[in-house]
Amino acid sequence: MILPALIAVLIAGGFTAWFSESKNPDAPRWAAAITLIIEAVLVAGQFVGTEHTDPMSASLSPAWIAGFERPWISRFGIGFHLAMDGVSLLLIALTVLLGFMAVSSSWTEIKSRQGFFFFNLLTCLAGTVGVFLAVDLFLFFFFWELMIIPMYFLISIWGHENRTYAAIKFVIFTQVSSLLMLVAIVALVLISHDHAGEYTFDYFKLLNTKIDPDVAFWLMLCFFTAFTVKLPAVPFHTWLPDAHTQAPTGGSVILAGVLLKTGAYGLLRFVIPLFPEAAHQFAPVAMTMGAVSVLYAAVMAFAQSDLKRLIAYTSISHMGFILLGIFSWNFLAMQGAVITMLAHGISASALFMIAGALQERLHTREMGVMGGLWPALPRLSAFALFFALASLGLPGLGNFIGEFLVLLGAFKVSALLTSVAALVLILSPVYSLVIIQKAFHGPMQNHSSLSDFNRHELASMGLLVLTTLWLGLGPQAVLNLSAPACKQIMQDFVAMEH
Amino acid sequence: MNGNQLIGLAPIITLSTASIAVMLGIAIKRNFVLTCSITAFGIIISLLAVAVACQESPIQATLLIRMDNYALFFMALLLLASLAVLGFCYDYFKNFEGDNEELLLLLLTALLGAFVLVSSSHFASFFLGLETLSISLFALISYPLNQTRPLEAAIKYLILSGVSSAFLLMGMALIYAQSGELYFKDIGNFIANQPGMNIMMLSGVILIVAGLGFKLSLAPFHLWTPDVYQGAPAPITAFIATVSKGAVFVVLLRYFVSSHNYVYTPLVTVFSVIAVLSILGGNLLALLQNNVKRLLAYSSIAHIGYLLAAFIAAASIAPSLAIESVTFYLLAYFITTIGAFGVVSLLSTPETEADDISSYRGLFWRRPWLAAVFTLMLLSLAGIPLTAGFIGKFYIFTSAADSRLWGLLFAIIIGSGLGLYYYLRIIVVMSMSGEATVIKSVNPDKDRISKATLAVLTILLVWFGIYPGFLINVIQSVSLSLG
Repeated sequence: MILPALIAVLIAGGFTAWFSESKNPDAPRWAAAITLIIEAVLVAGQFVGTEHTDPMSASLSPAWIAGFERPWISRFGIGFHLAMDGVSLLLIALTVLLGFMAVSSSWTEIKSRQGFFFFNLLTCLAGTVGVFLAVDLFLFFFFWELMIIPMYFLISIWGHENRTYAAIKFVIFTQVSSLLMLVAIVALVLISHDHAGEYTFDYFKLLNTKIDPDVAFWLMLCFFTAFTVKLPAVPFHTWLPDAHTQAPTGGSVILAGVLLKTGAYGLLRFVIPLFPEAAHQFAPVAMTMGAVSVLYAAVMAFAQSDLKRLIAYTSISHMGFILLGIFSWNFLAMQGAVITMLAHGISASALFMIAGALQERLHTREMGVMGGLWPALPRLSAFALFFALASLGLPGLGNFIGEFLVLLGAFKVSALLTSVAALVLILSPVYSLVIIQKAFHGPMQNHSSLSDFNRHELASMGLLVLTTLWLGLGPQAVLNLSAPACKQIMQDFVAMEH
Repeated sequence: MNGNQLIGLAPIITLSTASIAVMLGIAIKRNFVLTCSITAFGIIISLLAVAVACQESPIQATLLIRMDNYALFFMALLLLASLAVLGFCYDYFKNFEGDNEELLLLLLTALLGAFVLVSSSHFASFFLGLETLSISLFALISYPLNQTRPLEAAIKYLILSGVSSAFLLMGMALIYAQSGELYFKDIGNFIANQPGMNIMMLSGVILIVAGLGFKLSLAPFHLWTPDVYQGAPAPITAFIATVSKGAVFVVLLRYFVSSHNYVYTPLVTVFSVIAVLSILGGNLLALLQNNVKRLLAYSSIAHIGYLLAAFIAAASIAPSLAIESVTFYLLAYFITTIGAFGVVSLLSTPETEADDISSYRGLFWRRPWLAAVFTLMLLSLAGIPLTAGFIGKFYIFTSAADSRLWGLLFAIIIGSGLGLYYYLRIIVVMSMSGEATVIKSVNPDKDRISKATLAVLTILLVWFGIYPGFLINVIQSVSLSLG
């Protein structure tokens, strides 16, 4: 019962936030914060519960922590089927953490229509949690689409100057690619219907469908496209810099921290287990795409003068690592991809929050007009330096562990691609230090008195710093949690090879 | 004719009686509220008659009319749609100077035509139903007589409708010349017994398709659509978009399934070309519109194109799944279209239609509920989950994928992408802040009926979007009665 509650709490909180605005204009943000606290308690309960086996999940393999199933549309064998394994649990925990960050960074930034803002924020989170939990393909698609619309409103109503263009581009990219996935889902179900004689959208039943290799390749390609658009990987990345740049800070945090991870999660959960042969065949192409994304986006990031746009490109670069790791067919690399998801979620969100804080104070995102901020904003600058270092992969911080594991795992598979992707270890310091140099060092620009981070901003930043340090210094706890899930995915592949 | 057949015909008889009652009512006393009440009462009694007729179905009441679950389901749907349109008409016309009472009479006669169409099993009733519907529509479109736009629209519709009827009759004549039959089942037997393809029959069917293509506004027969949608009063536009198009599609499907016309494979090519043209043409032209009614007109062209994909699928898969898809999609389309035009009609007066996109500026902050309803309707048209439109689109995808129409599916995906752009554009405009050209001053006490109707439509939209199980079971039994 806890799994549907995870989604329901967020939706209920969203409506509470919306309707409470008429009572008190400050109520929505408190409603959102309280909702997230309840959600955090529920998620924490799941962490504690990982030792015990849920009776509902007894029928599933031990990789699954909890499950929930109810019939929904019986005509097509669609069920309201949720299940959680280590990877989903970690990603949901990340979602809740970044949900707090989004609320915190919107606390003073959003001045108009707060009720509707927090409604959209929370329903977007609800959709994301649904995506991480759904193990019925129809239900998964349902949530997949559901998280797009609130994000569209967040960008198009509270975004910056070019928001309409960015919001519509975001929706069209994700929607068209996800319709390709819908076709593939339906085709997969029809194939299993031909074999088994009954419709089913259940993930576990579809796992063992025998598919003709040619057909499997096309179906895999449809899923792959939908997920790499969301990830995004070059050449499907062009929506992301626009969406990130124009979104309000809270939106950017959710977008970079959580929404992009749904693409990676989809690759891990659906593409590889459902179509192992086809995906394996395709792996060299996917790994090349990953390596190209890593390098291309890093070079592009270096060329940006808009701070948010620069951070957006670094996201694409880091997502390239995830693609590389997932398609290496290697336990280490896959674990590395999971860590990268978490670590990037935190570091990119933190950087976006800093960019947002700067924009709130300076009313610009252009690094050219910043300069010399360190003396004026010492605390903010120190945090910026910390997360810039995290982003470039400084040992001891979370991102390093992820990238290191990915490179280590991928090297066994393709030494060439890995060496090429490793070149980014030169490029990422360049772009990270460019931020520090242009914005915080150099001659002081003429800024009237600026207020540094206040207490609640310090608290949220501090939390992110601690998480990054924890991921960097003691990643074993996280690795233990994700190991069974990754093994499960690998198992299908190993079983196939023999 | 025996007693059972009479019970089977009860919905048609009741509706005819209601039309006569309305006519007499107007002759005795001109009162808009009274006439509306009689009409609504007539529609509700007809709904009960549909329930009564269910007990006798399926029954062949005379050679012309076949009352099966398929016909009865659509009769109920058409009645409910008309009831919703009636609600909007009341609020729209109640302050309008002039004689508004005949409008309701015309609404009932148009509905009668649609009734005959959905239950027809013979070319004679097919044609009679279609003409009864069309002739009532001419008058309905031009009802605000002293304005130029409605008149222009009515003349356009009159001329094109005449031409399309000529095509249709020519097609029927060719088929009759070859087979000597007018009854759908007998034509089916004739086709089944013929070795190979009969060119005359094929030409006849293609002419019929062309004739119905006008009524369904499929590309390349769509030219009248934007002008008529724009010119007609908003509630009447909703009526044309749903009742008229729906009834024609229903009879087209019944004709094809019961006369085995699908064996003529070139027809599948013809339909595929029409579908692709409609999907791409409708969506591309809608991109250029700044007028909400014209935009919805082009989007309706695309939607009938999507519907055609399921129709084509019936050629190669079990017809029951295709019929189920068409039925669900039509139902979702009815709810959504009536809802969308209902919002337009609520903001308009007979003198000035709120059809320019600028009149929707900031609607979210001026009238949040209305804007939320409109947003949901538009999202349903775009096929986003939580709405009935998504389940409809899912059905279309399932049918098309089952019969391996990959090219058509690709067109649908491209079309949906284009569609999102213009639906979102309206939503963006509604969420902008700023002054709008307000046509109708807001008076919270007025328009209660329209608001209640919109609320019901929205609840249905979300209900069928989230929990369609019950509806699917009903539709499944309906589709089995035809397939």
